Amino acid sequence: MEAVNQRAKELLEKGEIKAVLGYAKGTGHVRRPHFARKAGQVDQLVLDAACLQNLAVYVTKHEVKKLGKVAVIALPATQRAILQLMAERQLRDGELVILAVDGEAVKELDSAAALEEHLALKAQGLDAKDKALLAELDAMSREQRWVYWQNELSRCMKCYACRNSCPMCYCGTCTMDCNRPQWVPVASHGIGNLEYHAVRTMHLAGRCVECGECGRACPVGIPVHLLTFAAEESIHEQFGQRAGAKAKLDYALSTFKTDDKESFIR
Amino acid sequence: MANTYNLSHESLNSLFGALRKDGRRIMAPVEAGGRTELAEVETPAQVASDYLQTILSAKEVAFPKVERLLSYTIAPGQVDLKDTEPKAVPTVLFGVRPCEAKAFGALDAVFNWDYRDKFFNARIEQLAVIGLSCTKADEACFCTSVGGGPADATGSDILLTPKEGGYLAEVCTEKGAAILNLAPDLFKPGNGVDKAAITAKVEQAFDQPALTTKLPGIFESEVWTDQALRCIGCGACAFVCPTCVCFDIQEEADPKKGERLRCWDSCGFHLFTLHASGHNPREVQGARWRQRVYHKFSYYPERYDMLGCVGCGKCTRACPVDMNLKEHLIEAAGVKA
Amino acid sequence: MSEKNIYLPYLMRIAEITEESPAVKTFRLEFVDEIAAQSFDFKTGQFGLYSAFGEGESTFCIASSPTRKGYIECTFREVGRVTAALADKEVGDIVGFRGPYGNVFPLEDWKGKNLVFIAGGIALPPLRSVIWNCLDLRDWFQDITVVYGARSVKDLVYKRELKEWSERPDMKLVTTVDPGGETPDWQGKIGFIPPVVEQLGLAAENTVAIVCGPPIMIKLTLPVLEKLGFPPERIFTTLENRMKCGVGKCGRCNTGSSYVCKDGPVYTLAELNELPAEY
Ligand SMILES: Cc1cc2nc3c(=O)[nH]c(=O)nc-3n(C[C@H](O)[C@H](O)[C@H](O)COP(=O)(O)OP(=O)(O)OC[C@H]3O[C@@H](n4cnc5c(N)ncnc54)[C@H](O)[C@@H]3O)c2cc1C
Ligand code: SF4
Ligand code: SF4
Ligand code: FES
Repeated sequence: MEAVNQRAKELLEKGEIKAVLGYAKGTGHVRRPHFARKAGQVDQLVLDAACLQNLAVYVTKHEVKKLGKVAVIALPATQRAILQLMAERQLRDGELVILAVDGEAVKELDSAAALEEHLALKAQGLDAKDKALLAELDAMSREQRWVYWQNELSRCMKCYACRNSCPMCYCGTCTMDCNRPQWVPVASHGIGNLEYHAVRTMHLAGRCVECGECGRACPVGIPVHLLTFAAEESIHEQFGQRAGAKAKLDYALSTFKTDDKESFIR
Repeated sequence: MANTYNLSHESLNSLFGALRKDGRRIMAPVEAGGRTELAEVETPAQVASDYLQTILSAKEVAFPKVERLLSYTIAPGQVDLKDTEPKAVPTVLFGVRPCEAKAFGALDAVFNWDYRDKFFNARIEQLAVIGLSCTKADEACFCTSVGGGPADATGSDILLTPKEGGYLAEVCTEKGAAILNLAPDLFKPGNGVDKAAITAKVEQAFDQPALTTKLPGIFESEVWTDQALRCIGCGACAFVCPTCVCFDIQEEADPKKGERLRCWDSCGFHLFTLHASGHNPREVQGARWRQRVYHKFSYYPERYDMLGCVGCGKCTRACPVDMNLKEHLIEAAGVKA
Repeated sequence: MSEKNIYLPYLMRIAEITEESPAVKTFRLEFVDEIAAQSFDFKTGQFGLYSAFGEGESTFCIASSPTRKGYIECTFREVGRVTAALADKEVGDIVGFRGPYGNVFPLEDWKGKNLVFIAGGIALPPLRSVIWNCLDLRDWFQDITVVYGARSVKDLVYKRELKEWSERPDMKLVTTVDPGGETPDWQGKIGFIPPVVEQLGLAAENTVAIVCGPPIMIKLTLPVLEKLGFPPERIFTTLENRMKCGVGKCGRCNTGSSYVCKDGPVYTLAELNELPAEY
């Protein structure tokens, strides 16, 4: 932490960046995203096991872009999300200073190529709890799974915390907010919720960096991250690729390759 | 003036029985998969035994997340409109916190200040609230800064305060008295106990009247954009809030029939004020966050002579990025006008 | 013994449709229910929510004058889901109407004064109601002037009344189109509204100005009026914040503490100066 903060302070003092995006102490034991905009505020930044949010959600926001160049204290999930955003051309090389933190090590990166190289060194994997939950869902029959999700999603109130906390949900106008045509009902009743989550899942298949932010964000505890995780894992299985791993976009659902497995066509 | 009684733990069973016999549904906090949420119960044993608050507020019982306002059928050159009669089930809210009991007053202010909203009113008429004083609080709570308190009886028809062997029961309203009359033997004469000694200590965090006076003068302050920098513009805070009343009206129809639905909405959403032209009077999140604060702490007092916040802290607990309302209000109170 | 459902609209039959300009139409609407027709009353400046059953509701001002009984009119531009559905309707079709809502133009206070109406683009509808209302009460007022401008000749709405007004001896009509928007046979002025107003040499003394139009036009016209000596209390305009309920409940139409659906849509510049610019 010392090293990151030291470097962040330096960058701010030299005027190379306008803010450092990291984590600060929040309510109770919670950590929260925090923008340090003066060298003196850098000491408020903390980095520990309670730091969870994927900070990449901020870097595409116009309010944040307006600040000027920002340095991001990026844990692995944030790194993957930034790389995916770069691959999707939402961010350019050099637009951010990425202070990539992995355990004790800190690396300063600023390009997609450098991020790709850095991330290639590390295995991406789901944590044990989510793995177990996915396996549980997998073991269910189609009907059981249907009932499970109907039941979970009945609590959804369309607060869109899951969408808005997701770094990959950066669209200026979300499909949910279109009314000509009204693709998905606005109301959070059975069909409105189901369609919303189906659309969200499909839009993230092959793009989900598996940070789990959506599930953490849900105030009513719906494990919505399992939906996008399942889609992402399925893409990985069928096409051998992962979101947030490559600097060049190779999006499975929009790319045809002659050696594609066509097992989904039945 | 409230009449005070003693209600033993054991007598709750009979009270629940009497309420149900009277045809009332009982809604209370229950434990569900690690969360505390409001659900229908039959016996006191089903009620969560140790909880701070439910995640969602109790407003749902009078203002559901989706409800039909009207329906119609369409034929060429003809429309048949059908009014909707709200389904109002006689309901007793048991064990909600004083802050939430009080919050129904803030909803009522909007639903009835001028035009009267029959959907809300039909349900409120059928609703009785048995509140439960708080014996603990957390960092998000600030009821005492907004005129409430862990043992405040405002909004409760009966307020229970836990004590040795049972509860102190304050019967505050006619609706409360009607419940008492369903099982008068259960309510034993009891004199006042020192509620303050039993209930949670929530320190006053800021001077609300001073803040309300100050707000009109600091509308343009940087503080709102600064605070909102980490806000992700979702509706979690508004949807869990017991006083947030803003709604959307949506049409769902096929070529032959349709209905008009009222759905919860949030001033935090970009879409909330967006014109068809693309112009948005609240273009940035800072303006939307400011609206949330001003609606509750400036416009509500101006219009309805009350606050639009009860200090329950639900928004803070629900926020994915920990926007802590109490902290932000303390900061705003410190801004130089 | 339930209360009244405040969200339930009147059913209205479309009696007449006028194509005003590309994408702008005027509907004349008659109450399906006789009793409603008898009891309905409104004042100029007020608005309502118009339903296209199947698509939803949209807010438009009532563009007819309360002095003309038995029907109401609205003029709308096709911009979104509801307005597109309305634009598809034909004479005889049924739509919905809730209202009247909002405050009014204070005609009583304007007695004995000169009136100057300044409108741009599709903003003539809110003024059409009050202009007709004033013309129907002609002897209440001194001089009446209407300045109306649009981007081009084809964007001018209410061509019928423009003709009628231009022929009336008891009022003055000035029309203008933006430079480049004129046709060879265009008789009116060429130029943006603010300079045209400036050139008119209006006397601010004992005169009330009523201004409606796109935000940019309003923004540039107000300084001109102030320069001419109009005090903010005698400059009126209307706001069009997004609305859903129209009855002060849904919470989205406010600018600062003022709810446009209840406290508006009519404001004086003096009132607006006291409010944050959330419109
Ligand atoms: C008091 C008032 C008077 C108005 N008078 C007129 C008029 O006389 N003629 C006219 O053409 N337009 C008028 N407008 C604007 C008109 O309401 C919108 O253009 C219209 O609602 C767009 O609806 P839509 O469904 O076609 O668009 P969509 O973009 O599909 O809108 C969806 C919803 O958003 C809301 N909405 C979108 N834009 C606006 C807006 N600018 N103002 C208010 N609500 C909006 C509506 O509730 C609508 O149901 C007025 C607005 C207000 C508030
Ligand atoms: S965060 Fe939860 S409640 Fe909110 S929209 Fe997503 S799934 Fe629904
Ligand atoms: S604003 Fe927050 S603290 Fe206030 S009543 Fe609503 S949820 Fe509770
Ligand atoms: S339109 Fe709903 S509050 Fe004004």
